Amino acid sequence: MGELENKELFKSGHTACAGCGVAVGLRHIMKAIGEDCVIVNATGCVEIFTTAYPKSAWAVPYIHCVFENSAPVAAGVVEALRVQGNDHTKVVVISGDGASYDIGFGHLSGMMERGHDVLYISYDNEAYMNTGVQRSGATPWKAYTTTSQVGSVRKGKQQFKKPLTEIAAAHGIPYAATSTSAHYTDLQQKVKKALSIKGPKFLNVLMTCVPGWGTKPALSMQYLKDAVDAHVWPVYEIENGFLKLNMKPEKKPVETYIKGQKRFKHLNEQDVKEIQELVDEKWDRLLWKEKVDQERKAELEGHSGE
Amino acid sequence: MCTGVSGQVHKNGDGGEVGDIMKKTIEGSFAVAEVVKNCSPDVVACFPITPSTHIAEELDRMYTDGKIKSYTAVESEFSAISMLVGASAAGGRAFTTTDSQGIALMHEVLFAAAGMRLPMVIVAANRSLSAPLSIWNDHQDTISERDSGWIQIYCKNNQEVLDSVPQAFKISEETNIPVMVCMDGFYLTHLVEQIDMPEEEMIEKYLPKRTAEYKLDPENPITMGMYAMPTHYQGFRMDLHKDVINAGENVKKEMEVWGEHSGRKYGNGLWEEYHAEDAEYLFVGMGSVMENAELAIEKMRKEGKKAGLVRIRCYRPFPNEIVESFRGKEGVVVFEKDVSMGADAPLYAELSSVAREKGIETPLSSFMGGLGGKDITVEHIEEMMEKAKEGQVKMVWGE
Repeated sequence: MGELENKELFKSGHTACAGCGVAVGLRHIMKAIGEDCVIVNATGCVEIFTTAYPKSAWAVPYIHCVFENSAPVAAGVVEALRVQGNDHTKVVVISGDGASYDIGFGHLSGMMERGHDVLYISYDNEAYMNTGVQRSGATPWKAYTTTSQVGSVRKGKQQFKKPLTEIAAAHGIPYAATSTSAHYTDLQQKVKKALSIKGPKFLNVLMTCVPGWGTKPALSMQYLKDAVDAHVWPVYEIENGFLKLNMKPEKKPVETYIKGQKRFKHLNEQDVKEIQELVDEKWDRLLWKEKVDQERKAELEGHSGE
Repeated sequence: MCTGVSGQVHKNGDGGEVGDIMKKTIEGSFAVAEVVKNCSPDVVACFPITPSTHIAEELDRMYTDGKIKSYTAVESEFSAISMLVGASAAGGRAFTTTDSQGIALMHEVLFAAAGMRLPMVIVAANRSLSAPLSIWNDHQDTISERDSGWIQIYCKNNQEVLDSVPQAFKISEETNIPVMVCMDGFYLTHLVEQIDMPEEEMIEKYLPKRTAEYKLDPENPITMGMYAMPTHYQGFRMDLHKDVINAGENVKKEMEVWGEHSGRKYGNGLWEEYHAEDAEYLFVGMGSVMENAELAIEKMRKEGKKAGLVRIRCYRPFPNEIVESFRGKEGVVVFEKDVSMGADAPLYAELSSVAREKGIETPLSSFMGGLGGKDITVEHIEEMMEKAKEGQVKMVWGE
């Protein structure tokens, strides 16, 4: 990959944990974005581990305001640049799942509905990790967090993960996609593709959290690969409303992904079976949706070609 | 709709020393939108809330007609102020208008915007806060943001609002401190009256294009909105505190400069006095009620009563020196349209504290009233002044 040779715009010396999946993902993302950008970041892990005054890990313009407003702050940057006649600088939000799925959800929705030229990247490590691992709308079913604990009354999070990528796509935006920190070729291609499109774009990237998931630092990338191989985190893109799966790996059992993660260690055989059923059902549905979408796309393209 | 122009163009003063003045009979809100347009904002983002909505609608119309460069109808006041943060950080001149629940919803970002030292202007159409819900006027909304780090200017009439908006942009961009121009909801926003519209040409001479000292620029990348550990946090906050205090000088200076351009001045910019010097009793307050107070003072003077008033125009920074005008008076009536639940009224408490510090023994009386649009008339003001003659009073005015 040429992008790995590019200049480092996300610098070393930050204070992320060893094995942080987010730091790895950020490095790849920044190489794909390039220098001509403005990064807007919500309060969260990234903000804390990259911007402790007076040090910054950012070699590009960066702004953080509060937890829930990265989408409208980005919209404001875009408007100011437009008025200044700047039609080249890319405005990119990089915010966590808490900011994207939960507290900033309404503002993200508003930004997408209004059509601002912003690439919104949600780095999804599946809980409020910065405050010490509390459940978010992105936390998976049955997972342990400090606010979805395991005891006699309940065992982990009782609710399903919010389908944010599909919700984003449902706004009618031109591009929504998923990826992970480990699949950097896919990730960088998607960032570049998104930046070539005008309007709001949404990229949802799964990134490991060593303390939050309770995993070994050395295995951060392996868990992301397993998440994709077990069909737990399908990698797809929805372009102009048409879904396409970018990877269809031969399915590994969900257990390969779950095992070794402390947040899932309370699960028994029955729990794992139920999760497997959920994963299978969602995967089948995605395959069905892809088929319908691609047939429809071909049909429309056929019509326009006549 | 009252956007129509009834007036003729005429020169102010005696022969065009100052800029062209356009007399218009116009609703306060539409006039505000026009003066904002004349200030050439780069980014405007608004969310509708009574009684500021007409300003937002008019700005949208101006964008639609190509008269302002940008207008975004956002999904909340929270996003409006957040867009201003992004726009200002990118070097743009940014404006919004709101009030009441809108101000309350912005609360978090108001503090952040000031802390990040981002210039921007809000026209706040003062309205009460829930609960119970009320759309009518008082000052609880903006008074509640007194500690946010914003400069706050309270206006007595629509002319003053029009004169204050260009000053607000200039003060804000010179000090890197955001400014709130407060106008009473309905009493001013919906009042149709004759005003002199500060025209674009005059404002261009007064207000230079914004040149941001620092901004989001790929040619010169900087990090904005960092977090600070205990070693640095207090320093940042105290720097802002000092700079807001020092911004009082900018407020005074800009009143002078604006006066030269427009021919209009409001006291020294921080406060305005009316028959104060030889008065035995003073009426002190903020906002449009002070025009009623001027009438009350005139009336009382005619009756031989030595009454005067001091109107606080700039509430933040707080003009401590204002209390010097209290020295040697028989009494001072502090009237305010707000309440600090469970404590003395904010304006009274601040004035009392400063007066005591400066060894001023004049008794200060506190009247809280006019909440949620309860009318304060000329007669009420006379009655309050009479009450204060009995000695120091602390009371709620009206049921």
